[in-house]
Amino acid sequence: MDIVKEVLAKQAKDLEKYKTINVEKHEEVKVDLGHLMISDPNNFDENALRDNVEQYLLNLTRENVQLLVNGIWELQTERLDEHIVAKLPKASFALPRARKLPQPKVPTKWEQFAKAKGIKKRQKDKKVWDEELGKWVATYGFQRFKAEKEKDWVLEVPQNLDPMTDMFQKKKDLKSERVAKNEIARMKNIARAQKVQVPRAGFVSEESASAKDLHVAATIAKSSTASVGKFQEKLPKEKDARGIGVRELIPGSKRKRTIDPSQEKSQQIEVVQRILNKRPKIDVDKAVQIQKREAREEREKNPIEKKRTGSKSKHAKKFSSKKPKGAMGNRKPKKGGAGRKRR
Amino acid sequence: MRRLSDEQTKIFFEKLTKYIGTNVKLLLDRPDGAYCFREMKRRVYYLSERILKLSENLNEEQLVSVGTCFGKFTKTNKFLLQITALTYLAPYAQYKVWIKPSAEQQFLYGNHINKAGLGRITENTPQHQGVVVLSMSDVPLGFGVTSKSTADCKLADPLVTVCFHQADIGEYVRSEDTLI
Repeated sequence: MDIVKEVLAKQAKDLEKYKTINVEKHEEVKVDLGHLMISDPNNFDENALRDNVEQYLLNLTRENVQLLVNGIWELQTERLDEHIVAKLPKASFALPRARKLPQPKVPTKWEQFAKAKGIKKRQKDKKVWDEELGKWVATYGFQRFKAEKEKDWVLEVPQNLDPMTDMFQKKKDLKSERVAKNEIARMKNIARAQKVQVPRAGFVSEESASAKDLHVAATIAKSSTASVGKFQEKLPKEKDARGIGVRELIPGSKRKRTIDPSQEKSQQIEVVQRILNKRPKIDVDKAVQIQKREAREEREKNPIEKKRTGSKSKHAKKFSSKKPKGAMGNRKPKKGGAGRKRR
Repeated sequence: MRRLSDEQTKIFFEKLTKYIGTNVKLLLDRPDGAYCFREMKRRVYYLSERILKLSENLNEEQLVSVGTCFGKFTKTNKFLLQITALTYLAPYAQYKVWIKPSAEQQFLYGNHINKAGLGRITENTPQHQGVVVLSMSDVPLGFGVTSKSTADCKLADPLVTVCFHQADIGEYVRSEDTLI
């Protein structure tokens, strides 16, 4: 009997040493085996927590870890190289993201435009049938380049050009211009996406620039005189280029003209004065009317007017158109008169 | 709502001086507070600074009209006076035409004034002069342009047009929707 008691006592002692694997909780804890995570929704026992914080937290942690381990042991296990391995299920808890969300890519200028206009990207065929060559030709890439070369074995010089123009070179130049223009657009897109201020590139050339670019260029060129283009002639209905940043490019027009509100009135009165002054001071119509009336009245007063007849008066002198001269150095005292007639 | 541009100012005052001559200055320089001309949607408005300040709180879409509309600029940048300007043209007009009661209705329906309808005319009115048309009891009815000077009127036939119609108060009824 003693032995039995002894054994039982020993076992009880052992059991005391190893804490129980059964943990009781008011509310069931959430076990997420995928993350090997456990979350305990139960409240702390405040009295126990106040008595001995460390001990209480240690116990609580142990209990929860015990639950987690219990959970693991419930899974299907297998033996692999002397180790017992359990296969964890899929995680159910949604962990918050460690890093911030990636920003959406800034759309390029073309993408913005296409969206505004509702232009959708079309999938092009990789190869198209070329009537001239009579075969399928790639839409892009080196095969396309080859086909192009094959096609353009001769190029026509347009009539309006110099007959010695190298059309092959011209075609090449145009292509490189387009490439350059696209490169600028690409750089501009990058700069805009990173919000970097870049100086204006101007326009590539007359042939690949847009009408707007040319208009701006013409306006700038026109105002690039000593008098800021004030005396440059304008075409009928010609307008200066407008838009964002255009004004800054035109020399001398950076500052916006401001009108002092107190000066507005005086300026307008000045304009009115100028308009009024422009009118003829003599009212011709009125003058003619007065003249006519006077003439009429005079006519009515003396209805019969004598007509002047007969010879001219005796004293009328004869003038010749020639300048009167003296006696050319010869004195003729008899004739009278004293030298040249002075007027 | 903005100030008239230099070009617009010139065109506008040139038109106005045809009717009221030097009296334009009286519109600008008033003893009873500051008044100004403003342009909105190609129409010219005459308003006091006090009302201007109030109207600046509204944008163009919300503002239908403010002050007195004098007329509008056409697409070819000419200025057309509107009947609403009569309030300011009538008291300052230099040349006037009075029409007989029998011709009043004809004029108010938008017809020109012929010699028969002419009651009185300011002396020495030149040809092609902007005039204000009044009834014999001095009620302003509209305005127009003379086609004959005063002297020529005396000798004209009764059916000859003496004054071309430009605007009349009948427009308040006829074109109510376009008058602002």
